[in-house]
Amino acid sequence: MNKQALQLHQLALHLGQTPLLALNTRVEPGEIATVMGPSGSGKSTLLAAIAGFLAPDFRLAGEIYLGKTRIDTLAPELRGVGLMFQDPLLFPHLSIAQNLVFAMPANTTDKLAKASEALNQLGLAGYEHRDPETLSGGQKTRVALQRLLLSKPQAVLLDEPFSSLDTALRQEIRNLVFDTLTRAQLPTILVTHDEADAEAANGQVTMLSGI
Amino acid sequence: MASINGMKHAQAIASWLLLTLLAIPALLGVAGIVLPSLGYSSWSSEESLSLVAWQDLLGSPGIFHSVLLSVIPGLLSALFALMIVFSFLATTAGGKTLNWVRRITAPLLALPHVAAAFGVAFLLAPSGFLLRLLSPALSGWQRPPDLLIINDPWALSMTLALIMKEVPFLLLMALAALPAIQADKRLAVARSLGYQRSTAWFWTVAPALYPAMRLPLFAVIAYASTSVEVALILGPSLPPPLSVRTLSWFSDPDLTLRAQACAGALLQVTVTVATIGLWILGERIIGSLLGHLRQSGQRHFGARTFNVLGRSGFLGTFTILSLALIVLVIQAFAGRWRFPANLPDSFTLRHWSGQLPMLLEAMQTTLLIAAITVTIAFVLIVLALEQQIKSSRQLNHQLMLRLLYLPLLTPQIAFLFGYTVWLEKLKVAPGTFTVILAHLVFVIPYMYLALSGAYRGLDQRWSMLAASLGVTPARFLLRIKLPMLLAALLSSLAIGLAVSSGLYLPTLLAGGGRVTTITTEALTMAAGGSRNTIAVWAMIQTALPVLGFAMALLVPKLIWRQRRGMEGFMQ
Repeated sequence: MNKQALQLHQLALHLGQTPLLALNTRVEPGEIATVMGPSGSGKSTLLAAIAGFLAPDFRLAGEIYLGKTRIDTLAPELRGVGLMFQDPLLFPHLSIAQNLVFAMPANTTDKLAKASEALNQLGLAGYEHRDPETLSGGQKTRVALQRLLLSKPQAVLLDEPFSSLDTALRQEIRNLVFDTLTRAQLPTILVTHDEADAEAANGQVTMLSGI
Repeated sequence: MASINGMKHAQAIASWLLLTLLAIPALLGVAGIVLPSLGYSSWSSEESLSLVAWQDLLGSPGIFHSVLLSVIPGLLSALFALMIVFSFLATTAGGKTLNWVRRITAPLLALPHVAAAFGVAFLLAPSGFLLRLLSPALSGWQRPPDLLIINDPWALSMTLALIMKEVPFLLLMALAALPAIQADKRLAVARSLGYQRSTAWFWTVAPALYPAMRLPLFAVIAYASTSVEVALILGPSLPPPLSVRTLSWFSDPDLTLRAQACAGALLQVTVTVATIGLWILGERIIGSLLGHLRQSGQRHFGARTFNVLGRSGFLGTFTILSLALIVLVIQAFAGRWRFPANLPDSFTLRHWSGQLPMLLEAMQTTLLIAAITVTIAFVLIVLALEQQIKSSRQLNHQLMLRLLYLPLLTPQIAFLFGYTVWLEKLKVAPGTFTVILAHLVFVIPYMYLALSGAYRGLDQRWSMLAASLGVTPARFLLRIKLPMLLAALLSSLAIGLAVSSGLYLPTLLAGGGRVTTITTEALTMAAGGSRNTIAVWAMIQTALPVLGFAMALLVPKLIWRQRRGMEGFMQ
């Protein structure tokens, strides 16, 4: 499938009557755009709006496109927008393989084999039936990233995904995530308050001002 | 898209059904007895309104004593249970005791009121276990003394049993409310100002905790002032408390007494409201008194009292309830048991084999009613909670939390008389279906309280994450949410089972006396059965909720034993 750009067309967020932020941009396939700003500037709300989880108190104006498809009118699970949070959030009641299988589209063939293959690539061969809690922090993030890719998203949103990692691991995981997403040619928006993240992302940077 | 819309409608309908089930029966039920109490009803020949029933009611001998027997247990059981719980929490605040206390309190709560009352009766009666232990060595008695210990004229033994039953309930309600008021921080600040631990707790945590305890306390007052089942077992008989007398008028073959029964039920509503009013008045007075004392700056205020009352009160509760349970077990298997022997001469299964056919039949009915009631309540509650989470409006939840207490505050006798009156008017024959409808009203509040915290507390990011992986809401609910909340779901089911199987008056009246569950049968035995037979029924009545709670505790641990990340979901 041809990879498509993520376009935020004349996007404006309001909390009640108060304008929160306005954005008009286009993120190309393989580009990692960064949105920075102090806490309370609406960074996470922006991601929630794009993914389709805007709380009812907020109002979104403008349009969001993936390629030529308008997605802001679709249900969250139909948008094809993958999310990564600060915590890896592996489902605690599922095994590692079940976490991966759960993310695959329904028509995927040989789901278990694909899960094993993905674990092999991560150097976690034979971990299929293990409890996610037995993994280290870095391993969990790797599995979470793999789970995201297996769901075949068309765009990715990263909500400060590295801030729970310590400095040494942080750089390693950051490189891995960025390389993987660039190679997959996915348009990505990263929300962070760390300048180093923005530099490493090497894409357009938008600064939000707190209101 | 059609199924999504269908889901939305179902959720909206469930919310309304829940609110209706909570609000309407209590109001309609009470409304249903107003006209009959004025002599206007299908069973009276009079076509005009009259005050005859009220005159008869107020003229019946000892009626004011009966009213007092409603007020005394109501006020005293709430007061003593609250004092014990608060003193205990003050004494143990910030320590490790609370963790194991939580563990032993939950099973105590599973002991049904009826079984607890029987156990206390067998424990305290003149020929009971306690006096057997003391006789003849300490008391010198060779035969049971002629003392009126249980069924005493001022309902003190009944009040004692109610206190023992309400301490675990109020303790669990308090433990649930403590995290939200940041009790640990309050305590730390006050202790750093030099206040002794329990004094610090009393001045800084108790005032914030009390508002959360008010509705549960009112429910305790309402239950204690109107309970028929505990009063039938432990309460006085000459005269009995108002609720018992009212019920006997209602069940009398002489239909003219029914108008008087309806008037009695309305009087019961008034008495319960007035008792709660007295409590509120007491709150004001004690509140302003304490306000002055707080200014004194004494660092050890009340510390000794809290220590003694808290520890002995909790220990006493735990001991009496445990002994009551032990006596029930001994009694159910006892052969010949002479006074003052501590234990029976022999043990036998005779009492069980004799009751077996009836036990099985009653158990079947009990389980059928409980299963249907709990399933309906469960589906409605889950749908309503789903809607609350999506709409993010707090209104529904706040309204629900307030309405939840309506069925618990309305005297059962008033609501159920009204319900029966309506059923007669609408020509609906009482049976299993009408019992289930009545049970729903009492089961929903407890199940909602058990489920809503965990359900609403689930991190929103799980649903966002699942949707971003392309997972539909229905699949998320079935594969992720319900499994993750398994422990909370099972414990709400267990509570539903415990409440439904333990209901006496709703089963008796809504079933027209024709539906026999283990609880109604146990109370029928109270009138004529031997102690051994009663003990058999009380044990079965206890076994059902205990099994339910044990399953709710063990099953998630077993299923998720390989998943360390699930430990946080099994508190």
